Amino acid sequence: MTSTVPSSTPGSDSTIGRTEGPILVVEDLTVTFPTEDGPVSAVQGLSYSVEMGKTLGIVGESGSGKSVSSMAVLGLHDAKSSQITGSIRIDGTEVVGLSENRFRKLRGNTVSMIFQDALAALHPFYKIGAQLAEAYQVHHPNASDRDARRKAIEMLDRVGIPQPDSRVDDFPHQFSGGMRQRAMIAMGLINDPSLLIADEPTTALDVTVQAQILDLLQDLQREFNSAVIIITHDLGVIAEMADDVLVMYAGRCVEYGTTKEILTHPEMPYTWGLLSSIPDISASTDARLIPIPGNPPSLFSPPTGCAFHPRCGFKDKVPGRLCYDKMPELATGSGRVEHLKRCHLANPDAIYRAEVLPEIAPDLVEEIR
Amino acid sequence: MTQDPNAEAQIAPSEVGANAADTGERQTTGPVDGAVGVQEDGYSDHEVAVASNFEGHTASRLDPDAEPVLEVENLKMYFPVKSSGLLRRTIGHVQAVDGISFQVPRGGSLGLVGESGCGKSTTGRLITRLYDPTGGSMMFEGKDLAQISQREMKPYRRDVQMIFQDPYTSLNPRHTVGAIVGAPLSVHKIVPKNKILGRVQELLEVVGLNPEHYNRYPNEFSGGQRQRIGIARALTLNPKLLVADEPVSALDVSIQAQVVNLLQDLQKEFDIAFLFIAHDLAIVRHFCPEVAVMYLGKIVEIADRETLYSHSHHPYTQALISAVPDVKQAAIGGRRERIRLEGDVPSPINPPSGCRFRTRCSYAQEICARVEPPLLQIGWRHKVACHFAGELGAHPATPVTTELLGVDDQGTPTGTAATPLMTGPGYEPEWYDLKTKQLTSA
Ligand SMILES: Nc1ncnc2c1ncn2[C@@H]1O[C@H](COP(=O)(O)OP(=O)(O)OP(=O)(O)O)[C@@H](O)[C@H]1O
Ligand SMILES: Nc1ncnc2c1ncn2[C@@H]1O[C@H](COP(=O)(O)OP(=O)(O)O)[C@@H](O)[C@H]1O
Ligand code: SF4
Ligand code: SF4
Ligand SMILES: [Mg+2]
Ligand SMILES: [Mg+2]
Repeated sequence: MTSTVPSSTPGSDSTIGRTEGPILVVEDLTVTFPTEDGPVSAVQGLSYSVEMGKTLGIVGESGSGKSVSSMAVLGLHDAKSSQITGSIRIDGTEVVGLSENRFRKLRGNTVSMIFQDALAALHPFYKIGAQLAEAYQVHHPNASDRDARRKAIEMLDRVGIPQPDSRVDDFPHQFSGGMRQRAMIAMGLINDPSLLIADEPTTALDVTVQAQILDLLQDLQREFNSAVIIITHDLGVIAEMADDVLVMYAGRCVEYGTTKEILTHPEMPYTWGLLSSIPDISASTDARLIPIPGNPPSLFSPPTGCAFHPRCGFKDKVPGRLCYDKMPELATGSGRVEHLKRCHLANPDAIYRAEVLPEIAPDLVEEIR
Repeated sequence: MTQDPNAEAQIAPSEVGANAADTGERQTTGPVDGAVGVQEDGYSDHEVAVASNFEGHTASRLDPDAEPVLEVENLKMYFPVKSSGLLRRTIGHVQAVDGISFQVPRGGSLGLVGESGCGKSTTGRLITRLYDPTGGSMMFEGKDLAQISQREMKPYRRDVQMIFQDPYTSLNPRHTVGAIVGAPLSVHKIVPKNKILGRVQELLEVVGLNPEHYNRYPNEFSGGQRQRIGIARALTLNPKLLVADEPVSALDVSIQAQVVNLLQDLQKEFDIAFLFIAHDLAIVRHFCPEVAVMYLGKIVEIADRETLYSHSHHPYTQALISAVPDVKQAAIGGRRERIRLEGDVPSPINPPSGCRFRTRCSYAQEICARVEPPLLQIGWRHKVACHFAGELGAHPATPVTTELLGVDDQGTPTGTAATPLMTGPGYEPEWYDLKTKQLTSA
C-alpha cells in the first residue's frame, strides 16, 4: 500500500540528501509475543506509509496494537521475547532484523518517540537540562558540554518553557505535567528527527495544555518539515492534526485514508462506533451517544470472521454468515479518494448517511456530501 | 478527612464461592441479536439491544422550576501547608476551594469543569464530607451538612453518594462484587441479611451487569464494567444526590458512552441529582443542563448549557471551550481558532491578587490586579466574575463593574457606596444588564 496523499515536495534543508519517497514504509507488519498460553499476535498484516511534512494519526481502543506497532518501528521490542515479520523501511533502509547497535544510531536521530507518560520517560534524579544534553551528545559525540547545554536551553525555549536558562537546571518533579510533556518533546526533537512518533502525547493533559502541545507539534513540524505519527484514542486530536488516519481494531488496520475522507465518509462500523460514542462540543445537544456494546476482544481468543462482529450492529445487512466466518479483506472503499476498509458491507456510505449520521450529527447531514 | 461515604463493610462472600479468576480480559461472545438472558461477557441483553437500536439516551434538560436539592454557599477548604523539619509549623494554606456558591436542582445535573488542580474534586469531597470544610454551608434537606458531626452525617450518607474516577483502584480487589455492592445495605442495616443478595442482583441488573456474577472479583471485570460496579454501589441506598468525579475519564472512548448513557437512564428512572465533575467539556455539555467553570478555587462563570457554551462571557471559559478539538466540524473543514493560554495555573498557596486569572488573561488591566471581580448575575441563569465580561470578540473597553463596586476604571475607590450584590447560591429574578448597567428582568 502506498500513501493516500500526493507526494509532498521535499525541499527544505532537513531533507537534503534524503532519498525520494515516504520517510517510513511499513509493509505487512506482524508482531507476535510468545506467552504461557501460546503465541499472541498483537499486530497483524499492518501496512502504511508516511511522507515528509505529513502527519499520520493512528486511532483505536486500548489494546488494539497502536503502541506495539510503533515500538516495532523504533526497534524497541526485545528480539528474544517478540517475533517481528514484514518490512519496515525508514528512509529506504530496512530495519526489521537490524542489530541493536545500528538501531541506536537511527533512534533519536532519524526517528524519535514521545511517550504518553512523561514522568516515567524522564529520569527523576537528573536535571532536565542534563538529560537533554545527553540525548544531544549521543548523536553529536563531538559537541562540548557547553554546546550541549546551549542546545538544551534552545530546545526548552523552542517548546515554550519560560526562563529556559534557569529552568534547565530543574529536576522533572519541579515541572508541571504540561511542562514535562514539553520537555519530552524537546528531547524528541533535539536531533532534528525526520520522523517523530508521539504515543498519546496529550492523553493525561488538560484541554488547555493539550492545545498548547498540539500547536507546538504543528509549529515544529512546519519548521522542520518532519513527518509525524500521532497515536491517540481521541478522534478530536486526529481531526485537528492528521493528514491521514489509520483505524486499528484487534491488531489490524480496519480503515485507512485521508482524515477528511475517513471522518466524513467512514465505511466501517467500528469507525462509526468511534464517531458515535463521543459528544461533540458544538453538536446539537439532542445528538445521541451510541456506545459500542461490549468490550474489545481478547488477543488470546480473537473472534472468528470479522474481529468486530460480536459488537457490530450492522452484520445482519451482510448476507449469510460471512461476518461470522470470513475475515474481510482490506479493500478499496467507494469514496472519491483512495480509501481502504475492512468490512463486508456492500453499500456502507449509504447506510452511514441514512442510519448513522442522522442520529449522531443531524446538523451535518446536509453539509457532508 | 475522615471516612469513605461508600465504606465497604466486610460481608462474607456468598457460599457459592468465587469462580476461578480468569484473565479479566473478556470479549463479547454469542450472537448479539436474538440471544436470551445475559451474555457471557456480563452485559445484560438489554444493554446491547439498546446500543444497537439507537434508542433513548437524549441529553437531559433544564427544569428552571426544580427546587434545589443541594445549596452550597461560600464553601471553603484550606489545606494547611506544613514546614519541613521537626516542628512542622503551618506556614501557609492551599486555598483549594475558596468561597464557592451554587445549587444542584432536584433530579438535575450541574457540571463542574476546570483545569487540573482548580478544586473540582475537593468540592466533591466536601459535599460527601470526606473533608471537613474550612467554612461555608451546604444545605441538604434543610440540614447544613457543613455543620454536623461525622456521626450526624451517617443518615445523609445514604442520600449523598460518590462515584470515583478510577474504576481500577476504587473497588476493593479482595471483596466480591456482591460484598462491595451490598456493603452499604448491611452497614446501614436497611434490609435483613437474607434479602441482601436479592437486592444486589437487582442492582447489578439495573447497571447492565449479569446478576449471576455477584460472586466474582473486580479483577474479573473490564474497566467499563468496574465503573458499573461502582455505580451500582452508589445506587444501593437510593441516593438523592450523586457526586460523580470524572466517572468516565479513565475509560476507553467507546466505553465512556456506555457509562454516560447508563447514568442518564438512572437519573431519569430514579430522579437522582448529579454534581458531575469532569475536565472533558464535551461530555459535560452532553450530560449537564447547567455548568460551572472553576479556576483556582473559585467559580468564574456559571450558566445554563446553551449560554455557557455559545455565549460565555469569561475569558477563561472562552479559552477552555476553544481548546476542545471538534471532530465533526474539523472533518468538514470548519476548524475553530484556538485561544492560546500562556503559562500554567498559579499556585493556590499564593494566588494572584484581584482576579486570579489575570496572570494568563489577555484582557487584564490594572483593575484586575487590584479588585476581585464579583460573581455577578448578568442574565436569567448566567453569572460571571470578570471586570471586562463580554462575548468573545466583544469584551468592553472599560470595566463593567465599577459602578457596582464604587471604584474607578483603575480600581481606586471613588467614595461612592458600593451596591450590595446578590451573592447567594441561586438566581434572582432580576439581574445586572451589562448593556444598560441597570437591573433588568426577563
Ligand atoms: N489533601 C490535600 N492537602 C493539600 N492540598 C490539597 C489536598 N487535596 C487537594 N489539594 C490541592 O488543592 C487543589 C485542588 O485540588 P483538586 O484535587 O480539588 O483539583 P481538581 O480540580 O479535582 O483537579 P484534577 O482535574 O487534576 O482532578 C490543588 O492545588 C491540590 O494540589
Ligand atoms: N510484551 C508483550 N507481551 C505480550 N503481550 C503484549 C506485550 N506488549 C503488548 N502486548 C499486548 O498487545 C496488545 C496491543 O498492545 P498495545 O499496542 O500497547 O495497545 P494500544 O493500542 O493500547 O497501544 C495488548 O493486548 C497488549 O496487552
Ligand atoms: S464485516 Fe460484518 S461484522 Fe465486520 S464490521 Fe462489517 S458488517 Fe460488521
Ligand atoms: S477580571 Fe480582568 S483578568 Fe480577570 S478575567 Fe476579567 S479581564 Fe481577565
Ligand atoms: Mg498504547
Ligand atoms: Mg480531581
